[in-house]
Amino acid sequence: MNANSFDSSKVTPLGAPVRRKEDRRFITGKGRYTDDLARPGQTHAYFLRSPYAHARIRGIDTAAAAAMPGVVAILTGHDLAADGIRGLICGWMIHSKDGSPMKAGYHPALAKDKVRYVGDHVAVVIGETLNAAKDAAAAIAVDYEVLPAAADLGSAQAAGAAHIHDDAPRNTAFEWELGDKTATEAAFARAAHVTTIDLVNNRLAPNPMEPRAAIGEYDAGDESYTLWTTSQNPHVARLVLSAFVGLAPENKLRVIAPDVGGGFGSKIFIYAEETVCAWASKRVGRPVKWTCDRSEAFLCDAHGRDHITHGELALDGQGKIIGFRVKTTANMGAYLSTFASCVPTYLYATLLSGQYDIPAIYCEVDAVYTNTAPVDAYRGAGRPEATFLVERIVEKAAREIGQDSAEFRRRNFITSFPHQTPVILSYDIGGYAASLDKALELSDYANFPARKAEAARRGKLRGIGLSNYIEACGIAPSAAVGSLGAGVGLWESAEVRVNPTGNVEVLTGSHSHGQGHETTFAQLVSARLGIPIDHVTIVHGDTDKVQFGMGTYGSRSGAVGMSAISKALDKVEAKAKKIAAHILEASEGDIEFKDGHFTVSGTDRSLAFAAVALNAYVAHKFPTSEIEPGLKEGAFYDPVNFTFPAGCHICELEVDPETGTTEIIKWVAVDDFGAIINPMIVEGQVHGGIAQGVGQALLEGVRYDAEGQLLTGSYMDYTMPRAGDLPSFVVGMTETRCPSNPLGIKGCGEAGAIAAPPAVINALTDALGTEDIPMPATPATLWKIAQGQIARRAAE
Amino acid sequence: MYAFDYQRPAGLDEALAALRAGEDVKVLAGGQTLLPTLKQRLAQPSALVDLAAIPELSRIEHGPYFLTIGAMARHAEVAASPMVAEAIPALAELAGLIGDPAVRNRGTIGGSIANNDPTADYPAACLALGATVVTSTRRIAAEDFFTGLFETALAEDEVILAVEFPVGARAAYRKFRNPASRYAMAGVFVAARDGEVRVAVTGAGQGGVFRWNDAEAALSADFSPAALDGLTLDPSDVMADLHGSAEYRAQLVKVMAKRAVAAIAS
Amino acid sequence: MTQIAMTVNGRAVSADVEPRTLLVQFLRENLLLTGTHVGCDTSQCGACVVHLDGAAVKSCTMLAVQADGHAVTTIEGIADGATLHPMQEAFREHHGLQCGFCTPGMIMTALDLVAHHGADLDEPTIRAHLDGNLCRCTGYHNIVKAVEAGAKSMGSALKHAAE
Repeated sequence: MNANSFDSSKVTPLGAPVRRKEDRRFITGKGRYTDDLARPGQTHAYFLRSPYAHARIRGIDTAAAAAMPGVVAILTGHDLAADGIRGLICGWMIHSKDGSPMKAGYHPALAKDKVRYVGDHVAVVIGETLNAAKDAAAAIAVDYEVLPAAADLGSAQAAGAAHIHDDAPRNTAFEWELGDKTATEAAFARAAHVTTIDLVNNRLAPNPMEPRAAIGEYDAGDESYTLWTTSQNPHVARLVLSAFVGLAPENKLRVIAPDVGGGFGSKIFIYAEETVCAWASKRVGRPVKWTCDRSEAFLCDAHGRDHITHGELALDGQGKIIGFRVKTTANMGAYLSTFASCVPTYLYATLLSGQYDIPAIYCEVDAVYTNTAPVDAYRGAGRPEATFLVERIVEKAAREIGQDSAEFRRRNFITSFPHQTPVILSYDIGGYAASLDKALELSDYANFPARKAEAARRGKLRGIGLSNYIEACGIAPSAAVGSLGAGVGLWESAEVRVNPTGNVEVLTGSHSHGQGHETTFAQLVSARLGIPIDHVTIVHGDTDKVQFGMGTYGSRSGAVGMSAISKALDKVEAKAKKIAAHILEASEGDIEFKDGHFTVSGTDRSLAFAAVALNAYVAHKFPTSEIEPGLKEGAFYDPVNFTFPAGCHICELEVDPETGTTEIIKWVAVDDFGAIINPMIVEGQVHGGIAQGVGQALLEGVRYDAEGQLLTGSYMDYTMPRAGDLPSFVVGMTETRCPSNPLGIKGCGEAGAIAAPPAVINALTDALGTEDIPMPATPATLWKIAQGQIARRAAE
Repeated sequence: MYAFDYQRPAGLDEALAALRAGEDVKVLAGGQTLLPTLKQRLAQPSALVDLAAIPELSRIEHGPYFLTIGAMARHAEVAASPMVAEAIPALAELAGLIGDPAVRNRGTIGGSIANNDPTADYPAACLALGATVVTSTRRIAAEDFFTGLFETALAEDEVILAVEFPVGARAAYRKFRNPASRYAMAGVFVAARDGEVRVAVTGAGQGGVFRWNDAEAALSADFSPAALDGLTLDPSDVMADLHGSAEYRAQLVKVMAKRAVAAIAS
Repeated sequence: MTQIAMTVNGRAVSADVEPRTLLVQFLRENLLLTGTHVGCDTSQCGACVVHLDGAAVKSCTMLAVQADGHAVTTIEGIADGATLHPMQEAFREHHGLQCGFCTPGMIMTALDLVAHHGADLDEPTIRAHLDGNLCRCTGYHNIVKAVEAGAKSMGSALKHAAE
């Protein structure tokens, strides 16, 4: 065994790079993803999708298709309605400036009267085989009245644009505002300099490598459903399917999310296909399985980002930021997906203060329907959009007033905490100068001019770009998010079950789909209880095992999910101390728990944790009238605040002006995630986040044509980051412990994706000498810009 | 996929007979384009005739004047072949740049040129090197073989046996990959022999692979990258799509051509 | 239906399949070897990479009938009983995986890389050879490290065996 490895038979301390417990099954091919499962008698679902972005359905003739061999059933929106299945919901209510509630257009799992995007669900064919279902789907005759499409965000609100939902005039779901308009206008009135910027935050396809899948199974014996599905939050899925969609009562619906191959937000949502598989299993009396093709995923998985933004930054004569004004138009796609409405509002505008002390901020957001796939949370969700805007406009402002952009940032940093921003959030702690300094040092920022000159001699355009991001993670406390419109509380649950032999199962409402919870959560338990890590099993992802939980997104599983475990461990320890006191015949207050042993203070009388566990169940040696037998404790943890991870990323790159190709030469990431349980896993999260952020900046972009046809419908046209597109990353850390949860954790899952896009674009604007560089900055785009710059310089 | 029959004959005669036996019978070579096409239900052949069991189709031979590559030679075999590396190193390099490693382990030269995808690599080598396509019925000069987008001179029941490349040219291939698909957005194969220069371009032409005559003339007079400075491909003959305008592709062709010339000149 | 017979992970298997059955379907559905995954439908993601007679191939872009008479190795077939293959061990040791979905294809491609380029690999070679394998979790950083280390340890195992 390698010297770096941690022996799983040992206690694993917090802060150690413990190798992952879950890896063995994945590297030997023994993972169990939804599509790996086969239920006896299962049928196969294939969805007939709309080929049009906008059309009225005049009729669906399934007769010929239904008669084809191997067809079990063909079901449409009329069948759904007949069974009383209601539409999919958006779970976060946003009110417009005028106080009116958002216009959430009806979102049926199978379209009945109208289709609103290419890929919208028209019918499901259930076959003995997938081929039989596909063959029959081709024989369904749908009579469409094709309508003009409003596929372009920029023009969807215009008079004369096609009208997508009857109850949403101007295709506008809401017109929302945040901040103090008057104070902000006053700041601009006295500004010495105003920097303006216009940005498009490009639309992305999340692309977890495992496509979505579902198996629905109805048990006629006890009238209950089981849904295996690729979900980041099976409990929320059950709640929505029960309380809103009306599939079945919660106690008659079990949702299981087994191994899930990445999510990045896209597997939070409650989609049509999963809903239909569960419902249809009762209709056909057999399990119904569906697995998404990648091409289908491009059509129907919720996309991310897609903003058009105008920003204005007001500076005083000393280069201090005094006001920030923002107008954003956010694309919602054709329907409001599960959490779509909170993304461009409370997860976006609340972050517009960045790391900076800005006294006045005002932001307006129009949420707009288009005839495109729904848009919802994708890694970072709102926070990348905010950071892109803040870090681009700050960079531009520094350049305009002739200040070094690192120094400009430093002068405007928030330096005392807690800090109340003008946009709701109160930052509990941070150390922005420390991460900036460390990043500048690791990137050898001071000597960049020499490197740029050397590159120029080779005919390359070299640039360096900073990004000082901040994010709000944890997404809590419940009362606070409730006051902002959230339909659910955002706490987390945990249950620690100590077995009589002293090993432990932890049931958590968090869900791991790559984050390594089976290791980090177990590491916490191992360290706290002083037992070997392989004596700890983490159970998650099954509503029959874990009572309730909120799932994993928003970098919340460490800060919130582990805090819930920590709280449950407190209770376990407290009870075990009581039991130990009886056995050791000492008073409870004299019992110390350390290194897995309960010891009478100042003596050598001690009991190992496992011995106390056994005694808890044998229950011979303590009065059960005072102490219940057994050792099992649960906790619901609701944080007191969001957490605020922050840091500084620096990207150095070169552009080949002949081809427009960008090569990232060096990437420095310095992050402050508070306390860290497992640095190996944290660094892995940073790496992956950066790759997705670089993907957004240089490679990825979902494109529709004017008729709403998807142009980037497969990996042939949608550019995924590959190994050769990226460098190895330099990752450093600074630490200010989070005061808002017991473990001091802030969260790390989204940081890279939030930090990276402005770092890349700031480096490109530096390299090319123009502020106007769109994302993705593809070779073709950069070549054209470089040509323009060369021509401009020649003319000067 | 739609259903089809499958045969894997052990000899060429049997394969030809199978091809003639039904309507819309297709040859299966490496399958790296055909199978994705079938998976998307974009074609519905009645049967596939797999050539993988005919050993003579995989041979690579190096004679005094020609390098002959069997139609079923996989890209990875061509890339790794010491014989190819000695005879026409640029061809080995080209084969090593096709697709990705797993695709190269399956894809074949015969399949590539029979499909004549406008973004495939081998057609450029065939044109620039003046290759001859040897089929079950005749020998076809590369100039006559590639007839348009996904079109070749092959008859329905004609099978490519091998491609014969004349040796002795100084050659290089440079390609700019489509960022998403990794096919060529501009691939330029330059071959110089006895004062004659051929420049074949893939990935960019609206009609598929083509020879860039202006560049050939310029390089014949002065074989240096600078000789191409004043030239521009007419953008109206060049493909444009999501990934790049015609103007951009024309630029890439020029840059790749210059880099190929520089590689040969060094 | 066509009858096929092949060796999978050293074991002789045979079955009647429709000619349109992909190798990956045959492995997953007939043999229940679900370690080989399908992540795309355009032969690009590499989650389905297996070895055919020792060479990496995309099992989603090959028919099961084409593998008739050949030897197939999947992720389930590379460990030596309970002892992990050095490349598997390296992925674990260097945190070369997160969600695990792309991992089997990555490991099978890494073994192909070592077969072609030997055990002493530099970063550009590794990154170039992973061109046909997509990962959305790791940013490739730790995959590259894992492949480099796994190759080294395969090299020293070979050297050790030779001595």
